[in-house]
Amino acid sequence: MTLLEVENLAVHFGGIKAVDGVSFGVDKGEIFTIIGPNGAGKSTIFNLVSRIYQPTSGRIRFEGKDITGLPAHRIAGLGIARTFQNIELFDMATVLDNMMLGRHAHRRTGPFAHLFFGPATRAEELAHRRKIEEVIDFLDLQHYRDQMIANLPYGVRKVVELGRALCTEPKILLLDEPSSGLNVEETEDMSFWISDIKNILGITVIMVEHDMNLVNEVSDRVLALNYGRVIATGTPAEVQAHPEVIRAYLGGDDTETEAA
Amino acid sequence: MDRVLGRIWWLLSASAVIAFFSPPVLWLFGVMDGAQLTQYLQQVVSGTANGCVYALVALGIVLIYKATETINFAQGELMMVGAFLAFTFITMYGLNFWLGAALAVAGGVLFGMATDRAIIRPVVGQPVFAIVMVTLGFGFVVRAVVSMVPGWGTDTYALATPFSGADLRLGALVVSQDYAAIIASTVVLCGFLFLFFRYTRLGVAMEASSENQLAAYYMGIPVKRVYTLIWGLSAGVAAFAGLLLAPITFIHTQMGFGVIFKAFPAAILGGFGSIPGAIVGGLIIGIVEALAGFYLPEGFKDVAAYVVLLIVLLLKPEGIFGRVVVKKV
Amino acid sequence: MRFLFKTDYAQDTRLFPFGGTKRFWSGLALYAAILAALAHYAPVALTSTHWLGLAIVYAVAFGAVLLRQNADGEGGHAAFWYGLLGVAALSAPFVLDLYFLSQITFVYVYAIAGVGLILLLGMCGQISLGHAAFMACGAYTAALLQAQGFDLLVTLPAAILLSALLGVVIGLPALRMTGIYLAFATYAFAFIVEEVLARWDGLTGGNMGFVLSDPSILGYTFDSEQKMYYLAMVLFALTLLAGLNIRRSSTGRAFMAIRDSETAAEAMGVNLAVYKTTAFAISAGMAGLAGAVYAHLLFFISPEGFTILLSINLLVLAVIGGLASMHGAIFGAAFIVVLPQLISLTKDSLPPVVGQLPGLESGIFGLVIILFVILEPMGLHGRWMKIKTYFQLFPLYKRGTFRRQKSYMVSEKNR
Repeated sequence: MTLLEVENLAVHFGGIKAVDGVSFGVDKGEIFTIIGPNGAGKSTIFNLVSRIYQPTSGRIRFEGKDITGLPAHRIAGLGIARTFQNIELFDMATVLDNMMLGRHAHRRTGPFAHLFFGPATRAEELAHRRKIEEVIDFLDLQHYRDQMIANLPYGVRKVVELGRALCTEPKILLLDEPSSGLNVEETEDMSFWISDIKNILGITVIMVEHDMNLVNEVSDRVLALNYGRVIATGTPAEVQAHPEVIRAYLGGDDTETEAA
Repeated sequence: MDRVLGRIWWLLSASAVIAFFSPPVLWLFGVMDGAQLTQYLQQVVSGTANGCVYALVALGIVLIYKATETINFAQGELMMVGAFLAFTFITMYGLNFWLGAALAVAGGVLFGMATDRAIIRPVVGQPVFAIVMVTLGFGFVVRAVVSMVPGWGTDTYALATPFSGADLRLGALVVSQDYAAIIASTVVLCGFLFLFFRYTRLGVAMEASSENQLAAYYMGIPVKRVYTLIWGLSAGVAAFAGLLLAPITFIHTQMGFGVIFKAFPAAILGGFGSIPGAIVGGLIIGIVEALAGFYLPEGFKDVAAYVVLLIVLLLKPEGIFGRVVVKKV
Repeated sequence: MRFLFKTDYAQDTRLFPFGGTKRFWSGLALYAAILAALAHYAPVALTSTHWLGLAIVYAVAFGAVLLRQNADGEGGHAAFWYGLLGVAALSAPFVLDLYFLSQITFVYVYAIAGVGLILLLGMCGQISLGHAAFMACGAYTAALLQAQGFDLLVTLPAAILLSALLGVVIGLPALRMTGIYLAFATYAFAFIVEEVLARWDGLTGGNMGFVLSDPSILGYTFDSEQKMYYLAMVLFALTLLAGLNIRRSSTGRAFMAIRDSETAAEAMGVNLAVYKTTAFAISAGMAGLAGAVYAHLLFFISPEGFTILLSINLLVLAVIGGLASMHGAIFGAAFIVVLPQLISLTKDSLPPVVGQLPGLESGIFGLVIILFVILEPMGLHGRWMKIKTYFQLFPLYKRGTFRRQKSYMVSEKNR
């Protein structure tokens, strides 16, 4: 069953066609990876799906429902969570606060009730707290619970950001370069977690990734992008063998050479 | 939504410009009589003169902001110090006006550089807001110190210039030479600044430091020294503004505090960080103020400038010449 | 020990997360008991000086013991300090003379507005140069309604609501702009409000001002300094509680999210428009409450009392107190009330050459602001945390514990 469907998506910034007529569908329960050289439009697709950018044309459907016109803050509530390429955590708040923000879309009480912090608010806070404790256990973040993000090393921040996305109880998770900036060991951990997210938590994953080992290890399907256009789709092996992909990366024509 | 606001913006600004230039046309067609037109032009000239002072103070604020991202609330005090220096050299010591004026501006430059070294450098790297508070506190201190200086104090002084009292006659229009001098010297100064930033190495280095501090540092630009020079330049411009403002108002310790709350709206109106924006913003504020003061009931003089600011920001939140910066994620 | 084991979830939602409610009451009870015993058995009649001395000795001794005992848990004694503070605050009217009492009352009033500003600026990252207008709105609402014969039960909520509404309006620019743009958009609004108050003299008395009478609740009139003190204290406590409640609930977290990264906040489902407006409304409501009490304290209000200088003073309050914590409000308020008094007190004892200098007060005021940001960027609350840490780690405290890292200018253009 197709969970997320992107149809003829395009966005132009000035004269530049960052994404130019991209279509793909992501099935429930798979790990779908988007690869491509720098500037191919991978992150832009994420920004379009999470509604930060307004597409010039095209449709985005989630669970059969058109979400192209929704504001960005409605996306989390639908069950689409994301991480960011350069980590967008709330730096001056603790890990707990960050994760609790992942629960924001599930809140039921409003600001007025919060002024008084009555029993309903308290009960809700406790319920959310229980939920994020599961995520903390899942990602082994117990040590860092009360630390401020600004004091954490990069690798841990990356995990916290993943955790925050998981706290929203997503149906689909968009991971923007989950391994960038991580060392070999941390990348391995990340690869296990991504598999676990799919296998244990049953969450569909779309990721943008440069590390081909990680891509091969976890992906079910891969989509290769260049200059905002799809050049190949298929299993990791198929895509990597595709002549156009090789040309895009190694520079058969005037494309800039770019190691994967 | 944005598109609608954009349309309204074009419509409103176009009609404001047309309205501004319409009186001579109305006069040509006989709708307005000569006296009314002269009155109108008189207000425009005095508004422009005041606007020039706002523009120069705003320009100083923008220079510092562009280069160092410090929002300087003490710019009015830099201006006030310049005015007091001019008073000291010209009136107290009886120096030649031009020599005294040059000394005052030079003193202002030194004062600005000293401010950067002593007050601003220790707080570089702290949140913008904290630095704003430092400049605000510095303003308090400067006002206090100036009022303690023997011979300056809390009194109000007038500054006589070679132009004072004389009028310039252009047909029926009578323009005080002070106003004419303000407008002319602002034009000259702005031309100099343009050439400076465009063609000198130092000007280019200043631009570079403002774009990216770290990269400029790696390229061998002595960023710290450039910052000090920027402060000097900005304080020099402020002292110049003080010199221009002194003949048409008075010199006193609070003169900067009053101007700053016009200069900031001017800088913001033009788009905070844009040098032409600061000048255009200053002129708009000055002229709106003068016209509102003359044609609207009492009390609207000060409010009008702020109403214009709010309307512009509502329609164009980045100001007239402001850059829209989109964060990349 | 929360490092090793899972925490009790309920703990995180408590006001004193490290368990200390018992200590709070025991601290309070013990201090009260000692005071009562002393009052009863003392050989001579105790004067206020005695009381003050006793309180200080007691606080220092008992506090030091508790600090040492709780060096491992982070905030077990926080509750105790609150207890102690509570008693000290409650007993102040019996101990202090009227002058000091009224000064502390002003501290409470400023602190009420300070809590609101810290919530807006420190928590949500939205600046406002328009808080004087909110205070003015609260003050005039309370004054005008009182003139119609309503008591505090009506005037205070009305002042809060109207100011909050004004906050929504003045906060509207926040939806489209930040930083210096927002600061001067709010300033422009506030200036217009002030001008309206001054010109609409049929309603407000214009620049001639407006006179108030003693406030009352259901026939009980607050007609003495002591009564006003308690009123302000209770209102401050409630405001602080509301602020802390916001801080520990999803609204407060949404504010922090907006402050740190608007993009990520939206991705988490935070509706920026709604929460920015909410932050302005709550903050303005608190400032309105402060304004109402302020009006009753002064018995006289005029537009000149609510100019940009008041807004700047409130910003100074927030920065000096420390934006990171609600507690900063009380420190900051104490600072802006006490410092001018202190300066004018010392002025008389200084040699006239120095003491008579014009602008001495504002000069010192500015100097202290500068020194604070340079030496103590976390504000008074930060200094307090450092002192606390020093005692907890004694004798292991290292000088470099709080040393700042060398920092480059970080552009906030792209926040």
